[in-house]
Amino acid sequence: MARKSEKYIEGGLFAGALFTVLTTALILGVLLYETVIFFSDVSIVEFLTDRQWTPLFDEKHFGILPLLSGTILTTLVAIAFSVPVGLVIAIYLNEYSGRRFRSIVKPMLEMLAAVPTVVYGFFALVIITPFLQGIIPGLAGFSALSAGLVMGIMIIPYVTSLSEDALFAVPYSLREAAYGMGSTRFQTAFRVTLPAASSGVIVAIILAISRAIGETMIVAIAAGQQPRLTMNPLVPIETITAYIVQVSLGDVPHNSLEYRTIFAAGITLFALTFLLNSMGNWLRKKFREKYD
Amino acid sequence: MTETKQHGETVQTESRSAIEIRNLSTYYGDFRALDDINLTVDPMTVTALIGPSGCGKSTLIRVLNRMNDYIDGFRVEGQVLVDGQDIYDKKVNVEQLRKRVGMVFQKPNPFPKSIFENVAYGLKIQGIKEKSFIEERVVKSLQQVVLWDEVKDNLKKNAFGLSGGQQQRLCIARTLAVEPSIVLMDEPTSALDPISTAKIEELVFELKSQYTFVIVTHNMQQAARISDKTAFFYMGNLIEVGDTQQIFTNPGVKRTEYYIRGQFG
Ligand SMILES: Nc1ncnc2c1ncn2[C@@H]1O[C@H](COP(=O)(O)OP(=O)(O)OP(=O)(O)O)[C@@H](O)[C@H]1O
Ligand SMILES: [Mg+2]
Repeated sequence: MARKSEKYIEGGLFAGALFTVLTTALILGVLLYETVIFFSDVSIVEFLTDRQWTPLFDEKHFGILPLLSGTILTTLVAIAFSVPVGLVIAIYLNEYSGRRFRSIVKPMLEMLAAVPTVVYGFFALVIITPFLQGIIPGLAGFSALSAGLVMGIMIIPYVTSLSEDALFAVPYSLREAAYGMGSTRFQTAFRVTLPAASSGVIVAIILAISRAIGETMIVAIAAGQQPRLTMNPLVPIETITAYIVQVSLGDVPHNSLEYRTIFAAGITLFALTFLLNSMGNWLRKKFREKYD
Repeated sequence: MTETKQHGETVQTESRSAIEIRNLSTYYGDFRALDDINLTVDPMTVTALIGPSGCGKSTLIRVLNRMNDYIDGFRVEGQVLVDGQDIYDKKVNVEQLRKRVGMVFQKPNPFPKSIFENVAYGLKIQGIKEKSFIEERVVKSLQQVVLWDEVKDNLKKNAFGLSGGQQQRLCIARTLAVEPSIVLMDEPTSALDPISTAKIEELVFELKSQYTFVIVTHNMQQAARISDKTAFFYMGNLIEVGDTQQIFTNPGVKRTEYYIRGQFG
């Protein structure tokens, strides 16, 4: 009896695993197929070097660089904001605050991650942007800055939660050694605990970057829809994800060259996150060798 | 030799002892772990704390540099004077205290840094920047713990690459580098092999002309070999303290004798 039900469970688990693998393969397959067709019309060189992205206009340009720069710019803003803030919160929770404070704040922080991103996008548009416009004259109504900042807020819980786990895993004996040498709490946190947790913190940062690159709703709402090759965070731009949404929802006929641009853009996004994950794994291995 | 700088009033003591414990009781919440302890430690001596597991040896040694401050509900009654200064006085700077009263733990716990950085750590957190001074101290400390010859070509390597015995000597060097006047050791050799243990015992013996040592140990031979005074604890009470020679050959209390015999046998 028990053996039989175990068989079913095993079968179910296997089916689940198979389903995941097949789905991934299918997505990748479609992506590749459409991309190959796309590149029979547009040269890869143009795609990688043209400084304009105007597939929906009469004068068409297919340079991915403006979209790529949009994605990188919003991600940079988000990371520049969320990593320091998220790390400081993690260190505070782990090294300074009492247990009770931590048990209240941590779940609240994790709730930030449960807020639907469309709410964040709206928040960026109607609150953050007008507020920033009061401080920074010349800030456009849509910008990488406000989208990136709000994305940063959204990402804080990821950074905090994962780095907090890494800090928590540092053995107490190391902190004890630091305190025993006459270190203050600050010195213990920044000279001993944080370096000892660095591999986990780096993984947290890389995951946060991945999350920022893939984020769609916030940038689609608040960053604008103007592909522009720039590193100026004050003007409207467009990210890869926002472009994909724009075309998917628009009335571009399927099976047209215009429609296929989203697959080329999609595969660029895929390559980017893949690269990042590989880098994360490589770094993690490197640090493990160093500290174990 | 050691100056006691204090803001305001200096707590005066007649004696020249390095540590003077007066009517000390300690509590973990409601549980009394130490009960009315009186103990004096002379400068440049080695004092061994012995007794069965759970009798309060670690509690006592950790009181001496206030490492128990981080435990919720821990409380101290009575007085602990280090170089004549009441270390539980509100005006005391705990970080400064720990620079004078260093500690070596049971399990070697080097930082995940290079060998050099481990030893230099205490100096660097004090804000000392002078490179030649730091280098000098690192070399000197590593020589004091007889580790220099083994690591001098690998100072940039991670300390985790060292053996357990080497790591423990590194931890001692790290403590010595800031030139404390007192060194506390809580079972410093219990995780080590006999050869590393012998090395550390030798080192304590060599260094006691410059430092005051307080050592917790379950190893009676070790206590007999390296300590000048031995204090026997039982269930939070200090049963007997005296010259090591006397405690081991002619203890005044039956319970001490039983314990020492039992541990030897
Ligand atoms: N953090 C703590 N919270 C509550 N009670 C504690 C704590 N640490 C120690 N105790 C209790 O205080 C008593 C003395 O403990 P202590 O660690 O000082 O013993 P010890 O003599 O060092 O023992 P061992 O030889 O096993 O290391 C024990 O009964 C122990 O259970
Ligand atoms: Mg103990």
